[in-house]
Amino acid sequence: MGTRSVFLVSALAFGFAFLYVPILLLIIFSFNESRLVTVWGGFSTKWYAELFRNEQMLEAALVSLRVAVTSATIATVLGTLSALMMVRFGRFRGRLLFTGMITAPLVMPEVITGLSLLLLFVSLDTMIGWPAGRGVDTITIAHTTFCMAYVNVVVQSRLAGLDRSVEEAAMDLGARPFKAFMVITLPMLGPALVSGWLLSFTLSLDDLVIASFVAGPAATTLPMVVFSSVRLGITPEINALATLLVLVATVTILIAAGVMWRQERERERAVTKALRAERGD
Amino acid sequence: MSEDNRALGPGGSASRAEAEQAWTQAGGGGDHRRLTRLQRLTARFGRGTVIGVPYLWLLLFFLLPFLIVLKISFAEFRIGVPPYTPLLAWLEGGYIQVKLAIGNYLFLLQDPLYVTAYLNSLKVAFFSTVFALLIGYPMAYAIARASPSWRAVFLLLVILPFWTSFLIRVYAWIGILKNNGLINNALMALGLIDDPLPLLNTEFSLYVGIVYSYLPFMVLPLYATLERMDVSLLEAAEDLGCRPFKAFLTVTLPLSMPGIVAGSMLVFIPAVGEFVIPDLLGGADTLMIGKVLWSEFFNNRDWPVASAVAIAMLVLLVIPIVIFQHYQQRQAERAEAS
Repeated sequence: MGTRSVFLVSALAFGFAFLYVPILLLIIFSFNESRLVTVWGGFSTKWYAELFRNEQMLEAALVSLRVAVTSATIATVLGTLSALMMVRFGRFRGRLLFTGMITAPLVMPEVITGLSLLLLFVSLDTMIGWPAGRGVDTITIAHTTFCMAYVNVVVQSRLAGLDRSVEEAAMDLGARPFKAFMVITLPMLGPALVSGWLLSFTLSLDDLVIASFVAGPAATTLPMVVFSSVRLGITPEINALATLLVLVATVTILIAAGVMWRQERERERAVTKALRAERGD
Repeated sequence: MSEDNRALGPGGSASRAEAEQAWTQAGGGGDHRRLTRLQRLTARFGRGTVIGVPYLWLLLFFLLPFLIVLKISFAEFRIGVPPYTPLLAWLEGGYIQVKLAIGNYLFLLQDPLYVTAYLNSLKVAFFSTVFALLIGYPMAYAIARASPSWRAVFLLLVILPFWTSFLIRVYAWIGILKNNGLINNALMALGLIDDPLPLLNTEFSLYVGIVYSYLPFMVLPLYATLERMDVSLLEAAEDLGCRPFKAFLTVTLPLSMPGIVAGSMLVFIPAVGEFVIPDLLGGADTLMIGKVLWSEFFNNRDWPVASAVAIAMLVLLVIPIVIFQHYQQRQAERAEAS
């Protein structure tokens, strides 16, 4: 027993150190005075100031945010619809094909997705004149397509674990399916929708390869700028950017986890209360 | 009514007509005879929209692009817009001439660069998967056996790196591994080495980068199966005199097989086509197929050859992708059944 738990604790410690030490070092060296990223030259926040003066970087960040918000929103709608059809609609014509198309983007190498979408956009452009030139729109479509696969997984697992009796009760009381869905199912899916949206937002904000393929000269996303400057060598500015991104991600996740945990507890409490009232306690 | 709906699960055999009937029944609550024509139409329309919109989206933006890649892989390179020859040509008299150039595929087979790149990608992806499994399995096991409140914290810690930029996590290793990086500086300061060890742009840094980036994908499915496992089975084995290690080998390991398969596929498949990690951490002589495709497309601007590389990569990945999908399907059905 003793050796086993020692082994497990050290496995955990090693795993988490492996995952977190590089990120911590990035953060520490973002406050380094020296331009050399690996030699400590005293505390300074000058790289943050430099980052906010870098107009190319700021512009790219705005493009990335725009793409991420739009594609996460569309992907959440489409991914939820697909999850609904996978869990609730049983067998329909073409189910097998649909299952393939909705799970394949999860593992498809990015270079293939990027290349194939670019060739689609080019062909469409020569055939019907849309999309004329490539930029924010084409990146948004590309991101929506792979993000909806992730939303589908998240919502599908939530939907499968959902208690259908509440929904059925609403319909027995005369609610139409659409209304029952809007009033009962959608709020219960809430946490899954939030995490699906956040996941899509992050994936979109993070994508380099697919965006590089489908972006025309008109649009440059943040990862594309970061990649080209990293290729030239490492700069403390990137460390500052990394620190900000890690900070935003951590805060968002903690808030989202907290809110979802609280909502879940309130919902459970309401259900217990309702059940108790029914029993006449 | 609930019976009706349950029969609609993937395991059921309800026909389309029955499905529609159940859906319209649901629309009328208990008494479906009172349904008006209009209500039935809206219900059918609702179902049509739910199925139609995502279906059309994926047909247009997922399936059609692959067909186009397939088509262009049979075209020839030319200088112009678009930079490939058309497959179909209208001849006089209403004939259609189809020109399939298999030259791109022959080129891939004959040039040792491509064959080496494919084999090397498979090798790197395979060993990365093994390393990720070796690190990830004990982690997932320890998390699954922790107390519920610790479990939540550990899971959050596994997921968190996934939410921070992938590119930046790869970038972090450059500062650690390069010649005047943190490891070399520390080792030289301790006097253990005189000259910096070549760590960056080697196979070693390539593996570190891939395992590091994909570790959460390995841990999460493993955790999911290990957490669901019935611990009493292990206790029974130990009560019957089985040594802990043997109990692990004969009970836990086989039961966690679905997690091992899913996690391995989630690491292996994207790793084969990885571009960013070999480009930033791998050496100049690191040949991986994703990198080859990238340079064929962006540097040589040869779209037909890039398409042929993509199709060949897909053929290589079809078996693992089918295994992965089969597993996903089973998971979904099991979640519904429980």
